[in-house]
Amino acid sequence: MFDLGPLWLTLLLAASTTLALLAVGTPLAWWLAHTRSAAKPIVETFTALPIVLPPTVIGFYLLLLFSPSSPIGGFWLSMTGSTLTFSFSGLLIASMFYSLPFMVQPLQNAFEAVGRRPLEAAATLRASPLDAFFTVAAPMAGRGFLTASVLTFAHTIGEFGVVLMVGGNIPGETKVISIAIYEHVETLQYANAHILSAGLLIFSFVVLFTVYALNRRFPINVG
Amino acid sequence: MRLLRIFSWVLAVGVAGWTSPAVAAEALVAAASNFSQALENLQREFETNSGHKLKISLGSTGKLYAQIVNGAPFDVFLSADQERAEKLEQAGKAAPGSRFTYAVGRLVLWHPGGKSGRAVLEAGGLRNLAIAHPDLAPYGTASVETLERLGMKERLTDKLVIGENIGQTFAFVASGNAEAGFVAASQLAQREEPEEAIWAVPPEMHSPILQDAVLLARGQSNPAAAAFFRFLQSPEARTIIRASGYALD
Repeated sequence: MFDLGPLWLTLLLAASTTLALLAVGTPLAWWLAHTRSAAKPIVETFTALPIVLPPTVIGFYLLLLFSPSSPIGGFWLSMTGSTLTFSFSGLLIASMFYSLPFMVQPLQNAFEAVGRRPLEAAATLRASPLDAFFTVAAPMAGRGFLTASVLTFAHTIGEFGVVLMVGGNIPGETKVISIAIYEHVETLQYANAHILSAGLLIFSFVVLFTVYALNRRFPINVG
Repeated sequence: MRLLRIFSWVLAVGVAGWTSPAVAAEALVAAASNFSQALENLQREFETNSGHKLKISLGSTGKLYAQIVNGAPFDVFLSADQERAEKLEQAGKAAPGSRFTYAVGRLVLWHPGGKSGRAVLEAGGLRNLAIAHPDLAPYGTASVETLERLGMKERLTDKLVIGENIGQTFAFVASGNAEAGFVAASQLAQREEPEEAIWAVPPEMHSPILQDAVLLARGQSNPAAAAFFRFLQSPEARTIIRASGYALD
């Protein structure tokens, strides 16, 4: 039977990255949308860097950062007994860096579109800030959440360079679909490369099409 | 429109300036990553003496082979095995009869900051062990054969981390991410490394790493490629290759 392991691993990585970035990216985007702090442009710049930087730059620095001789890599090794390089956890962290702008930027835009007024209205009705966020702001920014999640998921599926540099090509751990395809192409196993590539192409098309079609059918109004 | 015309003029003049009167020729050499250091030494010697220029493209033998099969514009191929060089010859992609063994690779187990040797593998304490991809890099194939020979392959399978080529494998170990790794002796030849950190794998533990070169079809009409190919077989080139960590008689 043809090995579909890389496909499942990729989907798991993309889903985990999306969930983790929803947790981290939402407060960050919220802060960026509402802050008047002088630090805002700096944070925005850092957030956007992964769009500009080649994956090799991210991969190179992660390789140094994950190394047991660095404080972070050393700490992780002493806590877990394994390195961040060559592990699923490491790929998850790498993907979170790599896909960060794809989560934060759409969310920030959505939160900015919602604005402050609905929240102020909620506050006058004695909603706590957290309550107001979940019952008022979040639903109003629904389309932003959808866009951010789809982009993050899709971008993580398309990840290649960073994984090639820090992954170590371990089946079930770091051998994601892009790496498996690369390997098939390099060993001239074009039939296998076709199966995975065409599968990925169809899958990506269906996911994106579903999102766009649903979005058109059931538009979520913002602000 | 005018701007476009000016732009294309600038471009045309620029391109002409780059490419025109080439006194010496230039050859594009595709080489297996393990040969990187040796090739740099050879290149220095060759370029000063011949006046020709070399451009070098490094990668795993398997990757470069696939690129050549698909029409990559290389003039010379320095494979890390015999098989792929031979296949190119049979497929008519290389000059017939040009194939020869330019180096014999030596596999070593590198365990920086510790003692190397088969005992390191047998003790089972390694966090991970880097090898090159066995389907792409002949050094990777030899590494797997060695592990099989030692009866350690099953035990170490889940500790293996795989570099796309021997250069990446080396980097995994050098950066400290992998605790130990099977690399090429040539990669350590110019590095100050305590002797105990390196175990020269006995040659009988794996099939010999005979590295063959072929003059590719494209390179036949390139004077730089032909000259480099001749130089590679000269006694002085062989001395450089030997000094760069290869066995060669």
